[in-house]
Amino acid sequence: MAERAGEPPAAGAGAAAGAGAAADTEPAGAPLVVLRGVNKHFGDLHVLRDINLEIARGEVVVVIGPSGSGKSTLCRAINRLEPIEDGEITVDGEPLPEEGRALARLRADVGMVFQSFNLFAHKTILQNVTLGPVKVRKVPAAEARSEAMDLLERVGIASQAGKLPAQLSGGQQQRAAIARALAMRPKVMLFDEPTSALDPEMVQEVLDVMISLARDGMTMVVVTHEMGFARRAANRVVFMADGQIVEQAAPESFFTAPSSDRAKDFLSKILTH
Amino acid sequence: MDVLTGNAGVFASGFFVTFQIVLLAAVGALVLGTLVAAMRISPLPPLRWLGTAYVTVVRNTPLTIVFFMTAFGLPEIGVDAGFLRIPLLDSLFTRLGTDVPYFRFAIVALTVYTAAFVCEALRAGVNAVQPGQSEAGRSLGLTFTQNLRLIVLPQAGRATVVPLGSVIIAMIKNSALAGAFGVAGDLFQTSDELTSAQGLPAIPVFIGVAAGYLILTVPLGLLLDRIERSQAVTR
Repeated sequence: MAERAGEPPAAGAGAAAGAGAAADTEPAGAPLVVLRGVNKHFGDLHVLRDINLEIARGEVVVVIGPSGSGKSTLCRAINRLEPIEDGEITVDGEPLPEEGRALARLRADVGMVFQSFNLFAHKTILQNVTLGPVKVRKVPAAEARSEAMDLLERVGIASQAGKLPAQLSGGQQQRAAIARALAMRPKVMLFDEPTSALDPEMVQEVLDVMISLARDGMTMVVVTHEMGFARRAANRVVFMADGQIVEQAAPESFFTAPSSDRAKDFLSKILTH
Repeated sequence: MDVLTGNAGVFASGFFVTFQIVLLAAVGALVLGTLVAAMRISPLPPLRWLGTAYVTVVRNTPLTIVFFMTAFGLPEIGVDAGFLRIPLLDSLFTRLGTDVPYFRFAIVALTVYTAAFVCEALRAGVNAVQPGQSEAGRSLGLTFTQNLRLIVLPQAGRATVVPLGSVIIAMIKNSALAGAFGVAGDLFQTSDELTSAQGLPAIPVFIGVAAGYLILTVPLGLLLDRIERSQAVTR
């Protein structure tokens, strides 16, 4: 898995169909997502310890680490699916609201893709994708439908639009879930172990969609064990252990020359087989 | 048999009164029960406490006490449940508009009591929906009520049909208490009228009364079975 380095990164950005075109035109500026001094406990377990992290517009950040290191919790904290006890999280300059409509509005701008897909089981694939735009963004139904079909085309499952989630393979369901999140035109996309629940032969089709998204300039936070994806698409790798960010670096330097012992130990365990 | 055929009209009018009571109380209980269930699963702690308190108090109180409270307690504080004199509805269900409040009180008592059970049946269904479904809804930016209405309740419905049906069937039988609390001429009170006042033999009269309740409950049970089967296919 770690062997596929050589390809030119981000070269073919123009080739893939463009949705997030605006994102890569403003390079630096204020960071899009900021976590400052974030702490969280599950009972006695200190799952997030003093997390500080800034994610720039258009940046793709891959979060890796051993299980139980807090990486999923970190990802879920960014749209407040996990409330934090302490510290501050801002998205596009706006602090996360506590609850209610303000929080719902902010979440609409933050796309989320889950490990277990979580497509709405009682709705068709097309309805899954149009629901957010119609009910939250108040997009007219016909317009939402045609945009949804474009997105389903883009992730390669337009022919499945009329089916229920249970009738699709895991890979197809996850691609539908990505289309559902994209339909909201989010500012940032969160991926919480998007390929961990998939059969091995379906992992690549989902990663391909994510790689094309990354090349289109989408800001992404990806919790994953797919080191190949990290090498090909990430701008930065964040390594977490025991609720802390232990190390962060560009993918090449992280994989070839990790500086912390925890990271060396972790990489030796996953890259040897 | 003569008792039944000779008094068919009396049974029929009793049946009709009971039918009106259970229809109105079922609608009331479903509406109130849904509200209480929404409170119990709401993100706001005070609403959760209120919902939990309601269920704890009402569900653990004997129905007879609830009837006592409405039939004798409400008049004490000068309430005649006049809010149930709903225009149009009271021309359809004429007893809603009468000056004697006991028909309205019966509906209030049954609604208040049954709502607690409706709430718990709904909540069981909501808990049966995978948490990921509501997380996905929230992530899209749906508000709490949108998420409940569009994502959670439609899926909870499938796990709710059978327990909810049992709750309504229990309520239909519970409605027999209404006759003892001042509602004249409902199905159960009919038996008292025929046996005590007219001196008819008890057994055939009660067979007739039981048949009246069965006419309400058995088709409802069959309907629920059908709904359950039809939904098993679409899952």
